[in-house]
Amino acid sequence: MSSREIILQRLRNRSGGDLATPECDFSVLKRPDWSTAERIERFEKAIESVHGEVHHCTDDTWQERLAEVLATRGARNLLVPREHAIGKAIRDSARTDLPELLAYETPIENWQTDLFNDVDAAITSTRGGIAETGSLILWPTPDEPRLMSLVPPVHIAVLKASELYTTFHEAMQAQDWSAGMPTNALLISGPSKTADIEQTLAYGVHGPKELIVLVIE
Amino acid sequence: MNSQAHHVDVKEFHPRAQAAIHNPKIRQNFRRAMDGLMAKRTAAFEGWDLETLRDLGANIRLKALSNLPDLLEQLEAKLTENGIRVHWAVDGDEACRIVRDICVARDARTVIKGKSMVSEEMELNHYLGEQGIEALESDLGEYIVQLADETPSHIIMPAIHKNTGEISELMHEKTGTDLSNDVEYLTAAARQQLREKFMNADVGVSGVNFAVAETGTLCLVENEGNGRMTTTVPPCHIAVTGIEKVVPSLEDVSALLALLTRSATGQHITTYFNMISGPRKSEEMDGPEEVHLVLVDNGRSTIYQDDELLDTLRCIRCGACMNHCPVYTRVGGHTYGTTYPGPIGKILMPHLIGLDEGRHLPSASSLCGACGEVCPVKIPIPDLLVRLRQESVDGDRLHPAKVRGHGAKRTTGEALVWKGWAWMHAHPGIYRLGTGTAARFRALQPSKVGAWTRYRTAPRLAGKTLHQRMKERGQ
Repeated sequence: MSSREIILQRLRNRSGGDLATPECDFSVLKRPDWSTAERIERFEKAIESVHGEVHHCTDDTWQERLAEVLATRGARNLLVPREHAIGKAIRDSARTDLPELLAYETPIENWQTDLFNDVDAAITSTRGGIAETGSLILWPTPDEPRLMSLVPPVHIAVLKASELYTTFHEAMQAQDWSAGMPTNALLISGPSKTADIEQTLAYGVHGPKELIVLVIE
Repeated sequence: MNSQAHHVDVKEFHPRAQAAIHNPKIRQNFRRAMDGLMAKRTAAFEGWDLETLRDLGANIRLKALSNLPDLLEQLEAKLTENGIRVHWAVDGDEACRIVRDICVARDARTVIKGKSMVSEEMELNHYLGEQGIEALESDLGEYIVQLADETPSHIIMPAIHKNTGEISELMHEKTGTDLSNDVEYLTAAARQQLREKFMNADVGVSGVNFAVAETGTLCLVENEGNGRMTTTVPPCHIAVTGIEKVVPSLEDVSALLALLTRSATGQHITTYFNMISGPRKSEEMDGPEEVHLVLVDNGRSTIYQDDELLDTLRCIRCGACMNHCPVYTRVGGHTYGTTYPGPIGKILMPHLIGLDEGRHLPSASSLCGACGEVCPVKIPIPDLLVRLRQESVDGDRLHPAKVRGHGAKRTTGEALVWKGWAWMHAHPGIYRLGTGTAARFRALQPSKVGAWTRYRTAPRLAGKTLHQRMKERGQ
């Protein structure tokens, strides 16, 4: 008998007999129907409490804010998606106040050392956010691969205020996640951090030191 | 690298506890950390209907366990459909061999690891080392513990027993960093050291917090980003997990996640919640080309047989029970000598190592009940401790003991004393004669009664028996 069969058979022939399946009532996870303004406020408060940075923008101002954010950090370059609307907008704007624009257009094996050592910042879109916990929802794609939000020291995320959900539970239901998941999906709530040395918080231990959210209202 | 774990005799609990209690550094490091964690947990649940939320957590786990074999099959089918290969291991040794075989097939020499308690249970690092495969921990706490050639002293914060100065000296000695009490500097140094390792590793090994049957998704909860690195950068990712970690749906995960991070570290959520449902697709630019899941039984299906012991399998490994345990806080995690320390370790480890080797674990408790009160999935830990205490002396004649190594603490002398005690209480005449005699000759009572009087004064027998007093009152 294979190990699989041994384990499953032991579980099926449980000596204590069949177990009752309790009902699960998820209503305790519900939060009041916050207005968009309140959701933004709560999102901002939550993510700032863990060292995230929020900038309020509009469709017309976010690129200017992006340029400022990068300039104050002295970023030499910015990793930008090619296909996504935010990437196109940045590339088409032909702004002169942005650093060199890079693209993630070749598999990681071909440029791993460059990505790890020479990329200063990356910008990605989001699939919305969660007000209660101050989280961003990311589904990496070929256009915005997984490591974009992990390896460069600064991660800038664009979040539409209209896509802010109240809770994680609400977000996954509204977006029908149970119908199928991508190869990788993420909730990101702040920059990378650790408290493993005597409970002292330090940021950027493996991932980005800074997470900057441009909220488009 | 886990060489220490191999030589720790779990039975030597008492000498280790004595040493820890008299070590002010250990006492201070744990006290400070546990006080902070308790306060943060309380704050994180403010405004929540915590009882109802814990009921939901318990019900979700019970629901999953009640359908465990079906869920595992559903999980396997869904993962396979998603391109993730599923392996089954009856015990830790088999799980180690599976990981080795995957490494050998890929000609892998270096493995980078995300945090995984199951891999500690399997002593995977030690095993791979023997096979000539280097396994390096990447969680900062685990990295520190590995540099020191120790084992984790807490399941969430592995290096909590060390203070900054000790860590600075360790990193200086082992990696050549400057001596510094600046945590930012030490963290940045580790970042640099580990980034090299991530880039060069052949395989990434991680644990799993929840495995979702409905969608075939492996969920990882973490703050550092090393879990994401481990599961994304190397060309092959191997996840190892206990068979009890499966849940039916993503909806279940939303509730358990809310409980897990708040109970563990008082965070509303961790920095990263990583959901992996497949290897890299041909059009994708990164992610591992191969993803494996190793489902490890290692005694869990035996625990599963018993209605009461089964509750042990509800655990979501938050560590709240140890954070709130007065014994754990005083003796620290290494005293237990087991993979899982603290209250959850005391009810889980006897199943993994037997009640003969783990005979002192269920007794290392004051039964104050704090662990049961804070458990996010309402595991009745104190009840289970009592049950295991009974099993360790074969003390319940109506319910035959089941746990391997039961009866290891039973002694003929003690059994005789209790037999006599029971007989005396069933015979009123003898009982009165006995208590009357004891009261009359109480001056002869010894002032030292073994271990009991090492830190306490001996209890004094009353001058009159209860029967005598009642009789006098009635007159």
